[in-house]
Amino acid sequence: MTQVLDKPVELTAPVSPAERTARRRALLEWVAIHSLGVAAALFFVLPFVFVFLTSLMSDSQALSRDLIPHTWEWGNYKKVFETPGFLTWWKNTLLYAGFGTVLTVVSSIPVAYALAKFRFRGRNLSLMLVISMMMLPPQVVIIPMYLFWAKQLDLSGTLWPLIIPMAFGDAFSIFLLRQFLMTIPNEYLDAAKVDGCGDLRTLLKVVLPMAKPGIAAVALFQFFYAWNDYFGPQIYASENQNAWTLSYGLESFKGAHHTDWNLTMAATVLVMAPVILVFFFAQKAFVEGVTLTGVKG
Amino acid sequence: MSTVTLTSKRRRSALRTLAFMSPWLIGFAVFFAYPLISTVYFSFMHYDGFKPPTWSGTKNWKYVFENYPLFWPALRNTLWLVLVMVTLRVLFGLGVGLLITKIKTGTGVFRTLFYLPYLAPPVAATMAFAFLLNPGTGPVNSLLDKAGISAPGWFNDPSWSKPALTLLALWGIGDLMVIFMAALLDVPTEQYEAAELDGASAWQRFRYVTLPNISPIVMFAVVTGVIQTMQYYTQPLIAGKVASGVIQGAGTQFEPGYPDKSTLTLPQLVYNLGFQRFDYGSACVVALVLFALSMVFTAFLMRRRGGLIQAGD
Repeated sequence: MTQVLDKPVELTAPVSPAERTARRRALLEWVAIHSLGVAAALFFVLPFVFVFLTSLMSDSQALSRDLIPHTWEWGNYKKVFETPGFLTWWKNTLLYAGFGTVLTVVSSIPVAYALAKFRFRGRNLSLMLVISMMMLPPQVVIIPMYLFWAKQLDLSGTLWPLIIPMAFGDAFSIFLLRQFLMTIPNEYLDAAKVDGCGDLRTLLKVVLPMAKPGIAAVALFQFFYAWNDYFGPQIYASENQNAWTLSYGLESFKGAHHTDWNLTMAATVLVMAPVILVFFFAQKAFVEGVTLTGVKG
Repeated sequence: MSTVTLTSKRRRSALRTLAFMSPWLIGFAVFFAYPLISTVYFSFMHYDGFKPPTWSGTKNWKYVFENYPLFWPALRNTLWLVLVMVTLRVLFGLGVGLLITKIKTGTGVFRTLFYLPYLAPPVAATMAFAFLLNPGTGPVNSLLDKAGISAPGWFNDPSWSKPALTLLALWGIGDLMVIFMAALLDVPTEQYEAAELDGASAWQRFRYVTLPNISPIVMFAVVTGVIQTMQYYTQPLIAGKVASGVIQGAGTQFEPGYPDKSTLTLPQLVYNLGFQRFDYGSACVVALVLFALSMVFTAFLMRRRGGLIQAGD
């Protein structure tokens, strides 16, 4: 009797012993992986948290080893904004990043298009030279470039030596756009040609709308490049405080405030924040762009 | 008749190419070819920016290799960074990439959190780490002290400054994580299923399925990592400046490499020689060493067969 009853019960049982161990293993794996994930997340996030907390400490507490502010001094941020020059650096950074980005995108698109879609002698050589320029540390050519801008054109103490070159194509942007344009099927271009479109019309009316994600990625990278650039402003703008950018000026906070880490960290937060905000608005384009750099052409 | 139209057609297409390529052609000539040739020229000249340059033969070259006290330490540091920092970055990037492909709950949140530090502007990120790791009031050392671990001096200790920079570089792993993540998701699932049917363990699946599939991306990460190391400038410079307490505008000149030349890299030497010592000739010698090293590794990237970036079609 019991035997007869036992059989169907065992058949409809939700988990067999083997299945149960498999499930338990899956659960253990889930826990292990997500614990690792949380540990990694702490490593990536805690520096931001400590910097932010310190930026809100009072002057005297910033000298202690405390981790959490006793009083929340939001006025530290006001003090940073009131630092002489800070708003000028902000404006200069936006000018450098804004102008630079527009000029780079406009000048790099036709070059990338030619490298991706035209057949001509010297194309491979050009592409190899573009990659070489991309990999070149800026310090390699800085001496003649500085002499050119400072001694021949008398433009040191301004950001023009950093902005003007961007009107002549940026190697990294050209390469990234070229990678992206390669993925557009030639049929679209041929169809445009059949419809009587010249090369420029094809580029403007057919290719550009399709290349929007690539262009967005390039624009973002270029904006971040200019925002982050330290070496360029150090060479050309250092002699004139009115031409400093945020990345360059930030360091002087430590000099002006010595051990007042709270104000230095508040300034640090203010330099980081815009980049992170831009990222949240354009996350997809950005991650796509990073992936593109690692993809074979 | 037909040959005439053919040549005119060819000429038109050449003009078209020239027109589209022109921004870069000018840029190439003015911002790459000319200054590069000029750098070679100045490397054989004595020039301080004030008196006209005079021929000095190989004097600058001899000075840099034999008497310039910062050259060999910078080269040794570069080697250290290539061996330790690049290796750890690739391993950690691969690890974090693997982890993110395994995380099933809250993937988007984890990915964003892992990625964010990569975006922190280098100067700001370095300032942040100089604070976090400062031996006096830094939160890292106060936590280590509380845990009873004797805390190192980080950016103030010559034997800990490069590990501290490595920590900063590992924090900004986002770019590698995304590249590895994309590569890992591209591995065909059938291969994993086949391996599982054959009874392969997790390690064996990684070793015989994952690794062969992603090895070109690993190579790409290693080579671009080496090239980035050649350009490593802002982080070691700022770390040294902040830790030493010598800051721009304070009237004193910062001798790069604090503490004890341990954070020197080749790009900093170009700045030191050219813009602090006004020895443009010797600065150009270091620039050319930097150029040669960068190009050797770029050539790796571009090898046509099995090359990582394929130039051909």
